[in-house]
Amino acid sequence: MGDSQDPLNKRWDHLRKILERPGPFCHPEFEPSPEILDFIMTGCKILVIGAGGLGCELLKDLALMGFKQIHVIDMDIIELSNLNRQFLFRHKDIGSSKAEVAAAFINKRIAGCQVTPHFCKIQDYDESFYRQFHIIVCGLDSIVARRWINGMLISLLNYEDGVLDQSSVIPIVDGGTEGFKGNARVILPGLSACIDCTLDLYPPQITYPLCTIANTPRLPEHCIEYVKVIQWPKENPWGIQLDGDDPQHIGWIYEKSMERALQFNITGLTYRLVQGVVKHIIPAVASTNAVIAAVCATEVFKLATSCCIPMNNYMVFNDVDGIYTYTYEAEKKDNCLACSQVPYTIPIKDPAKYKLKDLIELLCESASFQMKNPGLTTVIDGKNKTLYMSTIKSIEEKTKENLSKSLVDLGLRDNSEVMVADLTSPSTMVLKLKYLVSDVEME
Amino acid sequence: MIKLFSLKQQKKDGEASPRSGNQKKPSAAQLRIAKDINELNLPKTCNTEFPDPDDLLSFKLIICPDEGFYRTGRFVFSFKVGPNYPHEPPKVKCETQVYHPNIDQQGNVCLNILREDWKPVLTINSIVYGLQYLFLEPNAEDPLNKEAADVLTNNRRLFEQNVQKAMRGGFVGGIYFDRCLK
Repeated sequence: MGDSQDPLNKRWDHLRKILERPGPFCHPEFEPSPEILDFIMTGCKILVIGAGGLGCELLKDLALMGFKQIHVIDMDIIELSNLNRQFLFRHKDIGSSKAEVAAAFINKRIAGCQVTPHFCKIQDYDESFYRQFHIIVCGLDSIVARRWINGMLISLLNYEDGVLDQSSVIPIVDGGTEGFKGNARVILPGLSACIDCTLDLYPPQITYPLCTIANTPRLPEHCIEYVKVIQWPKENPWGIQLDGDDPQHIGWIYEKSMERALQFNITGLTYRLVQGVVKHIIPAVASTNAVIAAVCATEVFKLATSCCIPMNNYMVFNDVDGIYTYTYEAEKKDNCLACSQVPYTIPIKDPAKYKLKDLIELLCESASFQMKNPGLTTVIDGKNKTLYMSTIKSIEEKTKENLSKSLVDLGLRDNSEVMVADLTSPSTMVLKLKYLVSDVEME
Repeated sequence: MIKLFSLKQQKKDGEASPRSGNQKKPSAAQLRIAKDINELNLPKTCNTEFPDPDDLLSFKLIICPDEGFYRTGRFVFSFKVGPNYPHEPPKVKCETQVYHPNIDQQGNVCLNILREDWKPVLTINSIVYGLQYLFLEPNAEDPLNKEAADVLTNNRRLFEQNVQKAMRGGFVGGIYFDRCLK
């Protein structure tokens, strides 16, 4: 029995009222029971990605809600400018890992909570790490990272004969803020709109025409971009790539952009602006983070307990002037590069004899494919491999020897996936090879 | 409607039973670039080189214009496709030194679709055509090499001579250009 069952412990009474009684807004299949609180406190494993502005709020919210098995991953270290809103950090923590300090703080402050920190990039872990979680919550500031985790969770989906096995779905709750604006969304990979389905919602990064920054700068930003894009690679003062976190680098950019601004009579260039332009800094407001994190934590709670139907599925929030929120259903994209890829199973009788050219012949001649010039790629041991591509001469020459190799010799195994690009289909198609002999028999 | 609470059973019982042969899938950028590359439809003046056929994210484009100022020249561009493709355009640099109003000495190329006008619907093919167009119609309005642009505007004959001189290998306006004739 966990401490949730202890009748003397009144701390969880409010949660019991929700989880041990039915109600009009419950999920239709919700079965009230004390077990649910037990699940939150013992079984349910949550991953929080990012221990920054949203991450600190999320960790605090989830831990106070009763979740105990929490992991947090963040590659960053604490900086002075974080302290006004990332309240799990103190001045003495500057330079330490965000994930580690945040985890230690929560574990000390909230009895029984076990936050496990990971001071690394999300890309440092593979599917065996991500598969252990029930729900993943993101407090990220990068589209690349969102797409990566989105792709990772989509790759964990299991399809049996083209039908999704729902138990392989790990929900993502994603929050984002920018000044007084924010959004929160729930993604059920394979079932609802994913990050890539709605990629056009992200504003493109601000870029200035190269000729403008080179010849006719009008704004202080033009001068900074010029120094960053043209002057730095040319003069390369320290012989290394520009590092936006290195004050020496920023100082150099500031000095050179100032010279350029003076030359073109441009005013308004400041050190802070240089930092902002070089690092693409987005202003952060503590209250926005708090609201968005609270929405995300509530969604995690709903998903974990089924006590209430989760948000469907995208909420925008804006409190620049009064408060505005709106929730709508972002639609799944039929040809989404990430989540529409339901693998097409191809049975292979004798993979040790079946050659790559046999597979290509099948793709071109079978009535259900009728492809023209299929280009085939795959991933073997985490590395991309081009199997064959006839349309590009230099690739054709280097890959044509693969044609007469068998699937086994090419390193393809049972359940391996082959990506096929062909002009007959709007996006790259995924084939899943199903060997009709077991691996043991093959050896 | 999915009911995830039932998931707890599954996770508790069969914790992490990895499916055999399951592999990490290629990224969306990979899937898209495979499509772009497989469907490259190059004009006869253009060619690609893939130093590593397994790496479709970095390659070279060689343009040998057959008309215009730059006829008989051979120009190499490097393409680097990032993980955020096609949300962000590939990074394209000119590796051949060229006397051109829209290309500077560091190989930066001023082509709108490589920066401010990039859209995810555009493909590698669109960029190839854009680059080829730069050699057919150098644009003096948006210069990166201002000196070359001024010459082009004021004296097309001199511009043509300068281009020839640079392509044969030699000094133009105090800058040395390597020979880049085909």
